[in-house]
Amino acid sequence: MEQMTQVTHRYLRTKKKFPSVWCSGCGIGIVFGAIIRAVDNLKLGKDQIAMVSGIGCSSRMPVYADFNTLHTTHGRALAFATGVKLAKPELHVIVITGDGDGLAIGGNHFIHSARRNIGITTILLNNNTYAMTGGQYSPCTPFDKFGTTAPFGNVERSFDPCDLAKGSGAVFVARGTTYHVIQLQKLVEKAIMKRGFSLVEVVCHCSTIYGRLNREGTAVKMMEWQRDHAVSIQAAQRMSPEKLRDKFLTGVLWDIEFPEYCEEYEKVIKRAQGKVNL
Amino acid sequence: MEEKIKQKEQLLLQGNVACARGALAAGLDFFAGYPITPSTEIAEYLARHLPKYGGKFIQMEDEIASMAAVIGASIAGAKAMTATSGPGFSLMQENIGYAYMAEVPSVVVNVQRGGPSTGLPTKVSQSDTMQARWGTHGDYNSITLAPSSVRECFDLTVRAMNLAEKYRTPVVVLMDEVLGHMREKVTLPQPDEIKVINRWKPTVPPEWYQHFEINPHYVSPMAIFGEGYRFNVTGLTHDPLGFPTARSKEIKDKLDKLRNKIEHNVNDIVQVKEEFMEDATCAIFAYGSAARSARQAIRMARQKRIKVGLIQPFTVWPFPEVYMEHMSERLDMILVVELNQGQLVNEVMRTNCGKTRIRKLNRYDGEIITPDEIFHKLREVR
Repeated sequence: MEQMTQVTHRYLRTKKKFPSVWCSGCGIGIVFGAIIRAVDNLKLGKDQIAMVSGIGCSSRMPVYADFNTLHTTHGRALAFATGVKLAKPELHVIVITGDGDGLAIGGNHFIHSARRNIGITTILLNNNTYAMTGGQYSPCTPFDKFGTTAPFGNVERSFDPCDLAKGSGAVFVARGTTYHVIQLQKLVEKAIMKRGFSLVEVVCHCSTIYGRLNREGTAVKMMEWQRDHAVSIQAAQRMSPEKLRDKFLTGVLWDIEFPEYCEEYEKVIKRAQGKVNL
Repeated sequence: MEEKIKQKEQLLLQGNVACARGALAAGLDFFAGYPITPSTEIAEYLARHLPKYGGKFIQMEDEIASMAAVIGASIAGAKAMTATSGPGFSLMQENIGYAYMAEVPSVVVNVQRGGPSTGLPTKVSQSDTMQARWGTHGDYNSITLAPSSVRECFDLTVRAMNLAEKYRTPVVVLMDEVLGHMREKVTLPQPDEIKVINRWKPTVPPEWYQHFEINPHYVSPMAIFGEGYRFNVTGLTHDPLGFPTARSKEIKDKLDKLRNKIEHNVNDIVQVKEEFMEDATCAIFAYGSAARSARQAIRMARQKRIKVGLIQPFTVWPFPEVYMEHMSERLDMILVVELNQGQLVNEVMRTNCGKTRIRKLNRYDGEIITPDEIFHKLREVR
């Protein structure tokens, strides 16, 4: 544990005054730790990483990280990141977003970044709510659950971010949780090393806002719920549909090969310069 | 084909193409855009020609994303630009505000069409003049340039790219449908005749670097991603290191910096073109395509021995205040001609403070204002 903390500290900005904006018991710090350990394990230099985020609780992550960091406008992280990646393809671009930021206001950029297959690693922290603004229902608030703007229960269906990414053309789609931290680190490592658009959805507990509104108990209770309801995709193959009914899948859900956008654009440059015949 | 013709030769060029060529001449590395009439030719030209120079062109999913990608690319070191028209300009506003706040060099070309809303996609207008100044929320100062000929489309796009890099700020080029689609005979400058300005880079070691340093120039050196400086950029009001702040002093310092970097450099930024002004007792104030009709109207008036001159601000924002205060004292009358219901005329009146007569002539029916109309108005109000 002490060793792990030392690794984390090496990647934090010392000039930035802690504590962070996150509530006690929040899951975002766990995800942050997993990302840092993934970067450390992959031996990527801090200068090689650009961390880009939008607006919301999870999007406050980059300011604490000692990388090239860009905290953008609400929902637009992927569009800013597209500019960063295309202008400097040698950077590892990691986008930190949430369910509201990435799938509601930023939904269009999400599907088009996946379709374009630009080499961006997207970590989507799904806490089922708009936590920073106090708990309004999001595109990932489950049917019948509560938000401050759904005081009588949510009557909208929720997105499955992984299905959405897969359907939009992402080449790597995975889901982890804030309970399964070692698995999460491995998934982030795989996503960073994947050429093309990759998504890791993190089922992230929010006990202060979403948990209270829905009487889900403490952070520990919410993480225990994750433990009891997450099924790895390998284990799921041996389970009956009956048993899987109230479960969700974790692990690498989708992994295919397709040419990455920036690499393809290099070919466009060669064609335009007449180095390759059309 | 066009490429084979040397630049010093006479060309028949469209305003939109001249704008795109100006951007290339100023060292454009990155363009992100979304199709919209009447600006699309800029994107089409750059899609074909930018990669020849190793630059990157991307068609984004909308104008919001286009402006975002431009900012991202600029922070990663590219000279970046987008081009659009009214509805797209409206969509870009939030991220243009981000570029003001985060002090990101970027150029936004707005080939104006009639509005509000979808308005008149193929008709001329100058009704985004105030939006170029106050389009996004918050306090900030804007640099906006307005060409009136194909050659000026080239020159002012070069200048916009240079000012963006020099002052670490978005710069708007306000063209209009007539200008964008008009073809004119032009001679373009040779590459060695074009002054290209690059952004000021830091020389201090990374541990001393402040991305938003407050210094006597009001412009901070700008590191880029991937070169060891590892700074934070945010749209939240921030301290010199780029970290969000809620301290009154740091908030005020930041907003003062945004204002001062423009206000303390107006002499460098503001350009006004004068014609027939030596002996003029009255003047027409016009910019963009309206200035073309005004010029012809002045020639007609001069034949009738009316001593009228043309004041054509290349810099719409910052407004040439000092110059216009001086002109208000010198002239008997200033006629402001605009293709809108009267936008920049309010600035002329503000700086005039009642010193001379200000008259206005406006057209906003989608048609270009004619020299005859201006000439008759001039005779009526002089």
